[in-house]
Amino acid sequence: MGAYHFNWFLAWQSFPRFYWGLALGLELAGLSLVIGSVVGMAGAFGRSFGPAWLRLIVVAYVEFIRNIPLLLLVYFAFYGLPKLGIYVFDNVWSFIVALSVYSGAYLTEVFRAGVNSVPVGYTEAAKAVGLAPWQRVRLITLPVTFRIILPSLSNTFISLFKDTALASALAVPELTYAAEWLNVNTFRTIEAWTFATVMYLFAGYGIAFILRRVERRYAVIR
Amino acid sequence: MMHDMSFALPQLLRGLGVTLEIGAIVVTAGSLAGFAVGLSLLYGGFLVRLAARAYVDTIRGLPVLVLIFAIYFALPGFGLRFSAFQSGITALSIFAAAHIAEIVRGGIGSIPGAQVDAAKAVGLTFWQRLRLVILPQAVRRMVPAWVNVAVEIVKGSALLSLLGIIELLLAMQNVVGVTFSPLPFYGVTAFLYFAVNFTISRLGGLLEKRFAYLKY
Repeated sequence: MGAYHFNWFLAWQSFPRFYWGLALGLELAGLSLVIGSVVGMAGAFGRSFGPAWLRLIVVAYVEFIRNIPLLLLVYFAFYGLPKLGIYVFDNVWSFIVALSVYSGAYLTEVFRAGVNSVPVGYTEAAKAVGLAPWQRVRLITLPVTFRIILPSLSNTFISLFKDTALASALAVPELTYAAEWLNVNTFRTIEAWTFATVMYLFAGYGIAFILRRVERRYAVIR
Repeated sequence: MMHDMSFALPQLLRGLGVTLEIGAIVVTAGSLAGFAVGLSLLYGGFLVRLAARAYVDTIRGLPVLVLIFAIYFALPGFGLRFSAFQSGITALSIFAAAHIAEIVRGGIGSIPGAQVDAAKAVGLTFWQRLRLVILPQAVRRMVPAWVNVAVEIVKGSALLSLLGIIELLLAMQNVVGVTFSPLPFYGVTAFLYFAVNFTISRLGGLLEKRFAYLKY
């Protein structure tokens, strides 16, 4: 086997493909975080305050999803749902659905820990000033919960961003798919994967840096 | 339908066997390597520490899938030729080692410094301190996180289907490709993954309980 000839220029030429792939990955992760948070919030309240049967369903959902591979879920959303008569999702939305269901399970645990760590005194004080149950949740419990779980949310976002690499299995044109494309079409394998690696690291640690500052800004004062 | 199942089940179980094999190899290799890297993070000289830190942070910042593809596609460019199975195992082990290194660092770091001082005072050498005083306490604290990594590895092994290794997930896809009835086989496969990982978590829970009498 001959020596490998580097051609960074060829890789550089397809930088837009990588760049927009990165942007799409962040969008996928962001959307899944939002939808997953709604699922997680519902799950956490169901688990903490719901009737026994609802708790059982939430526990089963969380345990089941956390113990199966994301790729299985992704394939199910793309190949399995149409067999159930659900034809509405293209590859991008199938992936978002799968990632949201996946993150919903993790976020249920995150929100549950957050809701449970809101000091009882807050709720009691809210009752004392005469807030209705729904007002207590909306004005006291949720805002405090959000501040408490902010670090967990940003960790979840970063790990979801890394999970968006799996979308390449459905030919969603995100960053990993861009690297695969360059790899297959130009055989610039080392350049392609170096590019993807560097971009994932920069994006990941860049986001972490920004989110740490946001966390500090909104940290709970104790 | 039953005919499909009797055709599919042996294939799925063979796939499950490969998944378990991958899991066992990767957890073993990853634990050994991760232990070494973790010790380097704690006790290495400046350069060793720096290298270990760079390794751990790079790998933990990357999607596993990118690591798998990078090793599978890019290493031949450097003249290293691995089979798909070897590449997959290597990539997952590198991934596991980075995570376990961080667990080892955290576990050992959580042991109060007074323990080390006391061990020094009675004249134990570095390795004796590690073996007799620190590790027996630290290992207990690593168990929950270590079990999580094992579960992540079993889940991550599904990604090796993208390299054409016929583990559980690719076995499922093959079966679906022949029978055209995805739903029952997605169900069976999900159940098998769940059974394996739930068992691992439960065994980890037992280990934790076994050591729970120690509190300080």
